[in-house]
Amino acid sequence: MRFRQAIVAAMTDEMKADESVIFFGEDVAAAEGPFKTSEGLLENFGPVRVRDTPISEMAFTGAAVGAAMMGMRPVIEIMFMEFLGVALDQLVTEGAKMHYLSKGEFSVPMVVRASCGSGLGFGSQHSQTLENWVAATPGLKVVQPSDPQSAYSLLRAAIQDNNPVMFLEPRILYAERGEVDTNLKMEIGRARVLQEGSDVTVVSLGNMVSVARKAIKDSGLSAELIDLATLVPWDRAAILESVKKTGRLIVVEESPWSGGWGSEIVSFITTELFSDLKSAPMRITAPDVPVPFNGTLEARYVPTSEDVSAAITEIVTNNKVLQPWWIQKGLNR
Amino acid sequence: MSTSLERREALKDNEILWYERMLEIREFEKRTNELFASGEIRGTTHLCVGQEALAVGLATVLEPEDVIAATYRSHGIALAFGLTSHSTMAEIMGKATGCAGGVGGSMHMCDKSIGLLPTSAIIGGGMPVAAGAALAFQIQNKPQVAVAFFGDAATNIGAFHESLNLAAIWKLPVVFVIDNNVYGEYSRINLTTPIEDLHLRAASYDMPSIKVDGMDIYAVQEAMTQAVDGARRGEGPTLVEAKTYRFSGHSRADQALYRPAGELEMWQKKDPILLTEQALTKKGLLSEAKILDMKAAMVEFIDQAINQARLDPEPGLEQMFENIYTAAKASNA
Repeated sequence: MRFRQAIVAAMTDEMKADESVIFFGEDVAAAEGPFKTSEGLLENFGPVRVRDTPISEMAFTGAAVGAAMMGMRPVIEIMFMEFLGVALDQLVTEGAKMHYLSKGEFSVPMVVRASCGSGLGFGSQHSQTLENWVAATPGLKVVQPSDPQSAYSLLRAAIQDNNPVMFLEPRILYAERGEVDTNLKMEIGRARVLQEGSDVTVVSLGNMVSVARKAIKDSGLSAELIDLATLVPWDRAAILESVKKTGRLIVVEESPWSGGWGSEIVSFITTELFSDLKSAPMRITAPDVPVPFNGTLEARYVPTSEDVSAAITEIVTNNKVLQPWWIQKGLNR
Repeated sequence: MSTSLERREALKDNEILWYERMLEIREFEKRTNELFASGEIRGTTHLCVGQEALAVGLATVLEPEDVIAATYRSHGIALAFGLTSHSTMAEIMGKATGCAGGVGGSMHMCDKSIGLLPTSAIIGGGMPVAAGAALAFQIQNKPQVAVAFFGDAATNIGAFHESLNLAAIWKLPVVFVIDNNVYGEYSRINLTTPIEDLHLRAASYDMPSIKVDGMDIYAVQEAMTQAVDGARRGEGPTLVEAKTYRFSGHSRADQALYRPAGELEMWQKKDPILLTEQALTKKGLLSEAKILDMKAAMVEFIDQAINQARLDPEPGLEQMFENIYTAAKASNA
C-alpha cells in the first residue's frame, strides 16, 4: 500500500467506525485531494460528511474547532503546511486553548492533516517542514508518520484522540510503498525503535527516517534507529533509555539548523546524561536558508544519507562530531 | 444560590428581570473599573457600559442550548447569559472559584451549561468557531443556533469575511452580530472603515442583514428573533448590526480622549437602562421608588459578590497543569 493510500484507508476505517468523523478541505471531496489522499471518501460517505471548502483556511480550521466542541470529530486537510499560516490563530490560539479556558468543559477532538517538506521542486513557499510553528503550543499534539504503516496507525490514533492533533505528512512519501497491518495500533507519544544497535542512537522523523536507515546500513556500524513519530508530547523515556545504552546521539532533521525540534532532544539528553556521554550529541539539519527550487540545490538542502553515514562513522570511531556541510565548505556562518 | 442555567431560564418573559440584569451589568462594570483603578485587580479589562441592552436582549432570545462565541469585552454577555456576578468577578480576580478556575481572567468567560463558549481575546477569533458549531448542529439535525458576537472593528479582519462566506455557502444556522460601538480600540470607525452601516457587507455573501438600535432591548429582541428563527428554520445565516456606544474607553488604560466633544453626552441620552426604565414605567411595571430600590439593592448585591470573591481561595499551582489535554478517547478507540 502506498503512503497516500494508507491515509485513505485510515480515514475510511475511522469514518466507518464513527459517524461523528467528518472531513473537509480544499478540493478534497469531488477532486479527491490534490495528492489523492481522499480517494473514494466522497463516494463512500457522501457530501454531508466529506466537503470541499472555499480557499479559506482560517474559516474551515476554525469551523473544525467549533464543530469539534459540539460533538463532531472533524479532520481537515491543509494542502500545504504553509497555508496554515493564515489559519494559525484558529488552531494555536483558539483550538488549543478551549479545554484549558473552560476548566475542561469543552474538548476539541480534531485533526489537522497537512502535507510538508521538500524534495518535489515546489519552491520556497511550498516545501517547508514548519513543525516549530506548532511544537511550542501546549494543548496541541503533533504527529509525523514516516511510512505507510505509521501513516495508517497514527492517523487512526489521531482521529480517536480527544485533543487537537496536527498530523504532518511528508509530501515526498505519498507515493512510497510499504506493508500495512490494519490491526496494528500505534500510540501517540510513543517513539518507534526501528532497529536496535549499540554504538549510537539516531533519532529521526518523517522523511528523514529512511535517510537515516540507509545511512546506518552504509556505515556498517551498530546504530539504534528511532523514529520519534510524535513531536508533542515526545517520548523522552525512549530516547533516554537508548542513549543510556549507546552513549552517543545523532538527531536527523529536515528543518533548518536554528530553532529545530532536534535542539530539544539534544538539550534534554545533554542535561540528563552529560557525564555518561561518550561524545557531544549532534544534530544533522538543513541550513538556515529558504528551500531552493533548483534540483541540485534542493537535493543538497536536505540532509543526505552520506551526511548521516559520515557523521555516524566519525562519532562512533573518534567520539567526534562533524561540522555541518555548509560550514565545512565555508559557505555560511 | 442560583446556577447559571437557573439565572438564564429566569429571564424568560420576565421584563423586570431584564431590567434588573441590565442594572447588574452596569453596577458590575462600574465596580470592576474601580477595582482595576485601585490596583486590586491585575491585568486588563474591557467594559461594556452602555451596551447592556444588546447583551440582555440576546440572552432573552437564544435558548440555553444555543451557543455564543463572544469576545474579550464579555462581562455583560456572561452575566446576561446567566453566569453569576460572583463567578465572573472571581475569574476577573483570578480566584479558584472563577468560571475558568482563575486561569482565564477578565477576557475569558465560559460556561457550557448556558452555551457560553470560551470568549476569545483575538479580534475575529470566535467567528469561524461559531460557524463550526453551527455546522455540527446542521449535520446532527439539531435545532440549535450559534451566534458569533463581535465588535465593529472585527468586520475588517479576514475571519469575518471567510466566516460569512463559509456560512453562506453551507447555509449554516449561525447569526453574526456586530456590536457596533463606534470605536475599534482607540480608533473611530470612520477612520478605519469606508462605510458606516457595516451590515451592508452581508450583500457580498448574498446574506440577509438587519440594522437595529442596540440601545433598545425590544428592538434587539425583535431583530434577533427574526435572525435566530430563520437560522432555526434552516434558512441560513443573518448579519445583524446593533448600533451601540462604548461609554468607557477601550481598556483600563484608555481615557478615550479621542472622542469628539458632545458625542458621549449625545449617546448617554439613549442610555439603554434609561430607555428600559421609561418603557417599563409606561407599562406600569416600574415606578420611581421601585427604580431607586432596585438600584440600591443591586449595589448591595454586587458588593456581596465582590466580597465573596475576595475571600475565595487562589488556585493552587497544580491548577496550572490541569485541562491542557484530555485523556479521553473516541468511543471506538
